[in-house]
Amino acid sequence: MTDTPDGTPVVSASGRRRGEVVLEARGLTKLFRVRSRPQRGQRRVRAVVHACEDVDLTLEAGRVTAVVGESGCGKTTAARMLAQLIKPTRGTITLDGKPVSGRKLRTYRRKVQIVFQDPFASLNPVHSVRYHLSRPLRIYHRARGKAEVNAAVEELLSRVSLSPPRQFADKWPHELSGGQRQRVAIARALAAGPAVLLADEPVSMLDVSIRLGVLNLLGELRDIDGLAILYVTHDIASARYFADTMTVMYAGRVVESGPSLEVTDNPAHPYTQLLLEAAPDPERPGPQAIEARGSAPSLIAPPSGCRFHPRCPYAMPICSEQLPPDISVGEGHVAACWLRHPDYKDAVDTPTAGNLPA
Amino acid sequence: MLDIRGLCVDYGRGGRAVHAVIDADLTLHRGEVLGLAGESGSGKSTLAYGATRLLRQPGIITGGNVLFWPSIQRPDHVIDILDASPETLRRLRWRDVALVFQSAMNSLNPVLSVQAQLTDTLAAHLPESTREERRERAAELLELVGINPDRLRSFPHELSGGMKQRVMIAMALALDPQVVIMDEPTTALDVVTQRQIVEQVIKLRDQLGFSVLFITHDLSLLIEMADTIAIMYAGRIVESSPAQRLFRAPRHPYSAALLDSFPSLHGQRTVMTGIPGSPPDMRNLPAGCAFAPRCRYALPRCTEQLPPLARPAIEPDAHRLVACWLHEEHKLPEELAAPEPDGQPRFPARTPLPFAPESSGGSR
Repeated sequence: MTDTPDGTPVVSASGRRRGEVVLEARGLTKLFRVRSRPQRGQRRVRAVVHACEDVDLTLEAGRVTAVVGESGCGKTTAARMLAQLIKPTRGTITLDGKPVSGRKLRTYRRKVQIVFQDPFASLNPVHSVRYHLSRPLRIYHRARGKAEVNAAVEELLSRVSLSPPRQFADKWPHELSGGQRQRVAIARALAAGPAVLLADEPVSMLDVSIRLGVLNLLGELRDIDGLAILYVTHDIASARYFADTMTVMYAGRVVESGPSLEVTDNPAHPYTQLLLEAAPDPERPGPQAIEARGSAPSLIAPPSGCRFHPRCPYAMPICSEQLPPDISVGEGHVAACWLRHPDYKDAVDTPTAGNLPA
Repeated sequence: MLDIRGLCVDYGRGGRAVHAVIDADLTLHRGEVLGLAGESGSGKSTLAYGATRLLRQPGIITGGNVLFWPSIQRPDHVIDILDASPETLRRLRWRDVALVFQSAMNSLNPVLSVQAQLTDTLAAHLPESTREERRERAAELLELVGINPDRLRSFPHELSGGMKQRVMIAMALALDPQVVIMDEPTTALDVVTQRQIVEQVIKLRDQLGFSVLFITHDLSLLIEMADTIAIMYAGRIVESSPAQRLFRAPRHPYSAALLDSFPSLHGQRTVMTGIPGSPPDMRNLPAGCAFAPRCRYALPRCTEQLPPLARPAIEPDAHRLVACWLHEEHKLPEELAAPEPDGQPRFPARTPLPFAPESSGGSR
């Protein structure tokens, strides 16, 4: 999970050093234009959904970065922009230090591969496992000729612990369980020989008992193959378990980021605190009432200032006026919250929850 | 107040029937929150629908009793739901036993307002009430679940997922039921909304005193909210225990492994393994204990004989039941032999019946 005990960086199978930045996004923004339904007597209005704004993400070789948040927070939009499935409205993506343009998608996809959420939808039911895996091998010229391709397919299957590989290669998607399908989807992503794996909720559709198996497999790919992995999830406990660094998003913006244990054990942003309080936790002494009420805001007209302020029990006047800056609260640990600003530090212990509308 | 005994449910008939629930025993006390946990396909929803006779084709109840005591004052007045006449059943459902389904989005009628849907229920079960009374009750119900009564005129598409689920809970509570069965009521919701709904349910339970049968795959949520937990695997209940005891000292290898599948929010990060293999094919269950192929402690006996749900070897009086040969063979690994935690459970676990109840026979 970390570097070798004596601290020397490990060179991974991909030829990169652990911790080397592979894929970087700066100020990633996506605004979706929508047409709202005209009310009687009104003109049709153009509206903009602020799905994702000014998101910075850094993916390093041999590390897992988690993006955590509730549905609609923009985490999948961010992942899709990184995957170049949708074009960012603003912002830059750099791969191995070079800015990425919309062209040369194939070169990009060779290095950046995606694992989708639903393994029941992401495999084509009319194609065998062998077909699914041999396509990327041929497209990216990783193997030529029947014998070479077949050998590569079997090698991929054993890398994702589907054994015996020869038997699995000739199965069809309907013959596989959810966990096995997701392993095939991971093997398909590996077939291109990528440096980056973007995994959007890779285990949320799987049975509880097999989720950890798939996460541990991704962990092995990180440790042994040195892949940079983006893990998009709504489950903060699994992000704590699996990810090295964590980015928490709320209503299209990053509210907190840092080493994952640091973020979950010392959450600095009230939203992260809410997320942790709301997560099921058998070790909690008794059921506790959570303070922040209400639900996530509209992304067409997001709240001014900090987007969490209407629900925040600690909200101050400045929170609704100005966007909070990123403030360092620990090593590599950043929170976008006015409470952490030196000018407002004293306000931390005076929640005003009682005054807020439910 | 609700006692499920030896319930068996099949899908299909004859040799190709799939045994979805096999010989399930479950007791729900007044005011208790009973959690039913298991993976998908373990039969937890089928058990609940079987017990209320709401199974769809080709589901068939092939045996067992579901005894219901409608009144605390009259302990001799028992209804066997599986034998009840259609008329008794019609009155019993909703008034005594109400259901909340997983996808509130699909359970509400999109072309009717919230008010219309709430008052319809009231009109059907309380025909002598007036329109005004029903409207008032509908407003009262919405308030009960934390929604502003202004929302009565809203249509389902104008509500968020959490609000729709609250409306469903309000509908379930419309007739002051004694038992509320909730099938994965929060699975489709975000964690914060889930937490709010769960808090609301517990608050209403304390306030109104109904019992809850809460079905979910999220064991960590259950441990926090349920009084008692029953764990199902491949159609059978493998362990039933007070919630905290199950968490501190699981007695069945599957319970222990399932608990070990939920990463913790605290402490050191440790490598967790989950459960190797995948859930069994219900059409083709292994002989003996269905969990044996995935169980790391399996004995030769486990693949041959079915373990009965019985008191565990350690502290047999601890209000819990477990179906595992390790207990009888006294070969308990350390992991399953933790001492019972302190504290009395709020509700006693049911004791095994001294005799097998006679099957009511026949298929319904």
